[in-house]
Amino acid sequence: MTKRNRRDVFRLGAAAGATVIAGSVRGARGAAPPADNAWSNSLGHGVDGKPYGSPSPFEKSVVRRYVPWLSPTRDADASMTPLQDQPGIITSNGLFFERYHAGLPQVDPKAFRLMISGRVKRPLLLTLDQLMRYPSVSRIHFIECPANGATEWPAAQLNSLQLTHGMIGCAEWTGVLLSTLLDEAGLYSDSRWVCATGSDGAHMNRSLPMMKCLDDCMIAWGQNGEAVRPEQGYPARLVVPGWQGNVNVKWLRQIEVGPEPWMTREETSEYSELLADGTSLGFTWVMDAKSVITFPCPERPLTQGPGFYEIRGLAWSGRGKVRHVDVSLDGGVNFQRARLDHPILDKCLTRFTLPWWWDGKDALIQSRVTDETGYVQPTIVQKHRFWGADPVYGNNAIQTWQVLASGAVNNVQLS
Amino acid sequence: MLAGLALMGGQAGAAPTPPPGSPRGGNAAQHGAGIVSKTDLQVWRAEGDGNGRLGRYKPARRPGYYGIGTVPSAAQIAGWTIAVPPGGADLPSGSGTAAAGAAVYASDCAMCHGAFGEGAHDYPALAGGVGSLGGSSPERTVGSYWPYATTVWDYINRAMPFYAPHTLKPDQVYALTAYILNMNGVTRSDWVADAASVPLVRMPNRDGFDWSDPRPVTHNTACMEACVRPSSIRITSSAVTMHLTPRMTGPVDHMKSGQ
Repeated sequence: MTKRNRRDVFRLGAAAGATVIAGSVRGARGAAPPADNAWSNSLGHGVDGKPYGSPSPFEKSVVRRYVPWLSPTRDADASMTPLQDQPGIITSNGLFFERYHAGLPQVDPKAFRLMISGRVKRPLLLTLDQLMRYPSVSRIHFIECPANGATEWPAAQLNSLQLTHGMIGCAEWTGVLLSTLLDEAGLYSDSRWVCATGSDGAHMNRSLPMMKCLDDCMIAWGQNGEAVRPEQGYPARLVVPGWQGNVNVKWLRQIEVGPEPWMTREETSEYSELLADGTSLGFTWVMDAKSVITFPCPERPLTQGPGFYEIRGLAWSGRGKVRHVDVSLDGGVNFQRARLDHPILDKCLTRFTLPWWWDGKDALIQSRVTDETGYVQPTIVQKHRFWGADPVYGNNAIQTWQVLASGAVNNVQLS
Repeated sequence: MLAGLALMGGQAGAAPTPPPGSPRGGNAAQHGAGIVSKTDLQVWRAEGDGNGRLGRYKPARRPGYYGIGTVPSAAQIAGWTIAVPPGGADLPSGSGTAAAGAAVYASDCAMCHGAFGEGAHDYPALAGGVGSLGGSSPERTVGSYWPYATTVWDYINRAMPFYAPHTLKPDQVYALTAYILNMNGVTRSDWVADAASVPLVRMPNRDGFDWSDPRPVTHNTACMEACVRPSSIRITSSAVTMHLTPRMTGPVDHMKSGQ
């Protein structure tokens, strides 16, 4: 047997640590003071142990989840962000909701090309390195699927915050303003529309009116401190702030300019709303203001009896900033103004809180956002009056959580 | 069953290549021409130019100011310019009939969309439902809902078959377009689909859409006290009684029997 050197001692320490972690997952033995916990009496692994970090093994339940009965196949489906475990306004890249139309493509950045073509004076073909040389901006915006909450149109159906509200995520996006590239290519007077196309198998494409493209759209290559994740469109995606998620085309490969919209499948057959009279609304791009209480919620009940709790939640608007959020504890009879956390940004999640001394009795808790345009989040009854009983998209209704005396929380709808 | 097959095949590193004989470049005359109603065309133009704001837009820099990147070749542009607007711009040459489409449909489409376009295994129906949209059980299919026939060609071409998207030849896509339109009674069985004929097809629901956003359509107020009568509040539904929710802790619940 060879003499142990310093490196071997480190390895032994790491192995001992791993054993202790596995042991403490099973039970809380020895966790209380005055005793030291095992991890306080051993050496953890070093800086070479985990070159790319991951959450604590105790957080392994915090994952994207989906509704298995919604779609016939997982590669044309959506998963939801666990908002019940999102402390602030930024969604972790690994938890950001997914929506695929033909599965997740693994794009080779060396083979990536972005083409600007159609009604432009000077078509452009860019590699990723070239795209990243253009002047850049970094902005925090939410992206929400317009089908977020679709299951809840006819009735309270899913007893979960994640599955009723989790088709949203918020990130710091870094990239090139689309106006920079459109100026570089040069527009004509009839260059009124843009067709953005992805390089996934669906060749997912959407038409966008030129003025929005020039206002604040960007082609993002950065997301929350790293490259845009594959699930979010690596190596570059379109970000269309405040507009329905589907137009934020991922794995972007082409910006085609034309005089009129293309009337793609995703803006005619899908992402349009059939009304009760048989007519339909299309091009309803903007996501209306919405808010939801993220604690307590069905996944995070009140487990410690009556007393002080902080109601926490998120609010947002596709039309600008959140002006205020009001919280009701009695099913919408009376409201109290919640405290908003800074930053309060344009087309971005805003965090709100309200202190609550819970008396241990049943309660019906709600949040209601007002955005800077003065628009007030509606009730589900108000939504039904225009949209009918069973639409698909645009459910931004006030959410009611029923808190029971046991502390359990259920998703309910009120008359 | 179809999941994941060939989804990654061929995409990485593929240089844009043109299908034979296709006109390219966003020809204005071919965009909204033909089948689009004057009302819809006006709405789209107003939306596209931001109700006149676009006319006042001043570019920050002249075209080519940064000089980064290259000008794509005509062939490169043609290969990637596959979007077909209602006027039919960028439809390639080729043609197909319902009879030719039946064979392709049987081998590549029927397993998901059903032998008669009725849908199978929860995949969408392609046929039926014409006249149902205003009724109590509306059925949204290509025939009942889709406003433009060019979208049928475009979507088959770009995204189908699901397990091997964008692998059909233009003649096959024309043939499937003819077959699916005929299945819906929109075109006759001897109709020939090609770049000239597809944009002229008038779909049953062409005028069923309003493309101008009417919102806001709700007008709630930020009432703070005594907003509703407490006695009027009734729980109309509760998700806990529905038994539709997968397990929300532990490993992801796929809701498969026996799990």
